Amino acid sequence: MNIRILYFARLREDMGTAGEMFELPAEVSDVKSLRAQLAARGGASAHAFAPGKAVRVSVNQDLARDNTPVKSGDEVAFFPPVTGG
Amino acid sequence: MTVRVQREDFDIGAEIAAFRRADPGIGAIASFIGLVRDMNEGEAVAGMTLEHYPGMTEKALAGIVAEAKGRWDIIDALVVHRVGELKPLDQIVLVVVTGAHRGAAFAACEFIMDYLKTQAPFWKKERTAQGARWVEARATDDQAAERWSEPQPK
Repeated sequence: MNIRILYFARLREDMGTAGEMFELPAEVSDVKSLRAQLAARGGASAHAFAPGKAVRVSVNQDLARDNTPVKSGDEVAFFPPVTGG
Repeated sequence: MTVRVQREDFDIGAEIAAFRRADPGIGAIASFIGLVRDMNEGEAVAGMTLEHYPGMTEKALAGIVAEAKGRWDIIDALVVHRVGELKPLDQIVLVVVTGAHRGAAFAACEFIMDYLKTQAPFWKKERTAQGARWVEARATDDQAAERWSEPQPK
C-alpha cells in the first residue's frame, strides 16, 4: 500500500528531496487527508505543508483537488502554483 | 496536434513552415512567442532556470490544445516550450494556431497561452544580484485564464 510522492520547484527544495515512497495509512483516502498526514510528520514536511501554503497537487499527472481520491500505486506530486510561459 | 518540451532553442520560421505542411485550407496563422526579460519585480534578471514535470507537462499541454480545438474552429495548434537554463532575450515558448480564418486562430492562441500559464507544470527560478528566487504566480494570470471559463462562441 504505497504511493510515489514527487516534489517540484520550491517544494523540492523545502523537502530536501525530489520524491519518496510513502506508505499509505488507512485513514488517508484523498488529497486532503494525505496532506494532513504529511504536515503531521513535522520538520521540513510540516513547514512545506503548513496550512495556508500555496501548494498545488496532481494525482497520476492530472491536476487534483482536496477531494481527489488517493489509492495505492498512485503517483502524487506537490508543487507551487505554476509559472511557465 | 504537436506539443514539445525541449532544452534547445527553436526557429520560428522553420516551425511555422513545417507546421503548415503546405495545407491550402489554412487561411490564417496566429502565433505567440514568449521571451526572457532582463527585469522582473523591479530587479535586474541575469537569467533563469525553467523546471518542469516530465510526463505531466506534456499531458497538460496536449489537454489544453485539445480543449482549444474543441472550443474553436481551428485546424491545428503547436506548442513548443523550453526548459533548462535561459537568459534575457532567449525565447521561452512558441504557440502557433492554424485555421481557415483569423478570428478563431487569434482566440485559440490567446486561450492556449492563458491556460498554459496557469495549468501547465513549469516553474521559473530567476537569478538576480540578490541571489536566486522562485518566480511567484501572478493573480493577473489567473484572471486572464478565468475569462475563458464562460462558454465561447464557436
